[in-house]
Amino acid sequence: MTPRTVVGVMPARLMDPTAAPDWRLVRLGKGIMETLIQQLINGLVIGSVYALIALGYTMVYGILGLINFAHGDVLMVGALVALQTMTFLMGMAPGMSPLVMLSIALLVAIVVCMLLGFTMERLAYRRLRNAPRLAPLITAIGVSFLLQTIAMIIWGRNYHTYPQLISTTPLQPIEGVFITPVQITIIFGSAALMIGLLLLVNRTKIGRAMRATAENHRVASLMGVDTNAVIAFTFVIGAGLAAVAGVMFASNYGIAHYGMGFMPGLKAFTAAVLGGIGNLGGAMLGGIVLGVVESFGAGYIENLTFGFLNSSYQDIFAFLILGLVLIFRPTGLLGERVSDRA
Amino acid sequence: MKKTVVAFAIMSIGLGAAQAQEVVKLGSAAPLTGTIAHLGKDLENGTRMAVEALNAQGVTIGGKKVKFELIGEDDQADPRTGTTVAQRLVDAGVKGVVGHLNSGTSIPASRIYDQGGIPQISPASTNPKLTQQNFKGVFRTIANDVQQGGALGKFAVKSLGAKKVAIIDDRTAYGQGLADETEKAVKASGAQVVAREFTTDKATDFNAILTKIRATAPDVIFFGGMDAQAGPMLRQMKQLGINAKFLTGDGGCSPEMIKLAGEAMSASTYCSMAGLPLDKMPGGAAFREQYKKRFGGEVQLYAPYAYDAATAIVKAMEKAGSPEPSKYLPELKKINFNGVTGNVAFDDKGDIKEGAVTIYSFKDGNWVPM
Repeated sequence: MTPRTVVGVMPARLMDPTAAPDWRLVRLGKGIMETLIQQLINGLVIGSVYALIALGYTMVYGILGLINFAHGDVLMVGALVALQTMTFLMGMAPGMSPLVMLSIALLVAIVVCMLLGFTMERLAYRRLRNAPRLAPLITAIGVSFLLQTIAMIIWGRNYHTYPQLISTTPLQPIEGVFITPVQITIIFGSAALMIGLLLLVNRTKIGRAMRATAENHRVASLMGVDTNAVIAFTFVIGAGLAAVAGVMFASNYGIAHYGMGFMPGLKAFTAAVLGGIGNLGGAMLGGIVLGVVESFGAGYIENLTFGFLNSSYQDIFAFLILGLVLIFRPTGLLGERVSDRA
Repeated sequence: MKKTVVAFAIMSIGLGAAQAQEVVKLGSAAPLTGTIAHLGKDLENGTRMAVEALNAQGVTIGGKKVKFELIGEDDQADPRTGTTVAQRLVDAGVKGVVGHLNSGTSIPASRIYDQGGIPQISPASTNPKLTQQNFKGVFRTIANDVQQGGALGKFAVKSLGAKKVAIIDDRTAYGQGLADETEKAVKASGAQVVAREFTTDKATDFNAILTKIRATAPDVIFFGGMDAQAGPMLRQMKQLGINAKFLTGDGGCSPEMIKLAGEAMSASTYCSMAGLPLDKMPGGAAFREQYKKRFGGEVQLYAPYAYDAATAIVKAMEKAGSPEPSKYLPELKKINFNGVTGNVAFDDKGDIKEGAVTIYSFKDGNWVPM
């Protein structure tokens, strides 16, 4: 389902004045266009975050064939470390400008998560690199539980209020359509990071080493590539992106919790598969598509099924699309381009 | 073989002689450890106060002077521990139980009490299911979610003047139940339910359903669920430029909600709680004094309801002239007296007849009863 089909179906039904009054379509009422654009924005915001997380999944999979299920929890650690830093800074230097404070917190979170990514790879996954595929997969799930439990011990079971240092007062670029500065930052911030990552992988020496390792790490190491370092670097970059995504996620919703990484992690994994796991462009496209589909799914499912299904089935759309894509394109939307994966 | 019989005979004679004053055991079950231990202890304290007051006053049942003994158990707010301690109370031979606190522990435990033939009165569990299991001896002294939903729906329409109401729930037994009851009451009061949307108890993003709701321009948005969702939901409402009033049940009626919603909290944020604030209870002021004198602290929440529950059991025993559950249960069903929380009388299911529900609004950084 793309936005276009929705526009195509809806107005014809809506403008039928003879429709039964109880028909749920009538309830869309005024501002159809505003609602449509708003849903698109909602989808883009959450989709950008999914895309950023999905990159971490897809990079690791591209190089190792490993699905790192602990990736979502790295996001949580990033968000909570940034929270801790902000709380500390507010106590130490209450007069500090919010933007500086956020930058410092983000930097600390990125560094901590990069260290975490490095440690994870070094301690848990490297030893299992030549083990059967199931072993590292189960280990990844174990690491996920471990991170959640440690976070629970450090930060407690309660939900934390997340300081929203970028304003959340909504702007109205178009009458009736609202977007907050945080959301604008999320969309452009993640776009910039994704472009940066593409440049890194395609234009730099380490990027070339990553692509070589992805293609065949035995041969790459014969050619003088330090594959251990490249793999560690991949984990570190992925964890850094997850830290940024975590801060974005928590800032947008104003809430953080030791279990917050699970759902976005799962959705981002879906996005990575949707776009074609192992493919960077695919992860980005998959993330955005998933976010938009979810948003339109929740918003229009009731109208599209004439009230037969309602928003409690909103996740159906995401997984229906995933199923369809995998049936017709088993390697995802963009496929796993073996020569170009990273 | 013969020796044992003789030994038993002697023992029972000995016991009979010692029981010039008969001892009747009552049970209390509540979480005494864990995150809501303070509420559990409060519940037990309420029961203890009632037992001590009755002992001091002297109770005669069927012509015999009776002394009550309270056995307090810790259910850790955990369903499995709840059934274990329920069995322990049954085995200890209690004649009635005041508890448990959580609906999640009360419901599984009620089966054990039913099998043991022991009446149970919960002073805190609000899930309608508790009293809908066709068990004979299950009661509660606090309003259930049906009563709460009814009050919420009526409040939205009658007091807030809503013509169009949007309803969201989190698809849990609690959230869905409360939202369904609220929807019924909204419709019965003559307003329109313009949207009925759903989320989960793990979600953080409500933008899509809120955007859809925005197009229906509701006056009030009701959410059936917990504070962890209600907080971010209220924030996202403001971010989407929705100015409707926000109403939620006891799951969102917490200090946590105020924290999580942050600056999105306003004077048009409302929530409800089963029961009355202590100051508005008929016996509230006196109860607070006695509680402070006995336990040296403030009443948390459920102590007065527990007090009334224990009193109801004893009053029924007095009327029946027997502390045996099978004898006094019919009297408990018919009980009618003025307790600390108000009039105590049960309907045919065991729910309190005039269960009070209080609506709170947000004012000066706190929930204030209206």
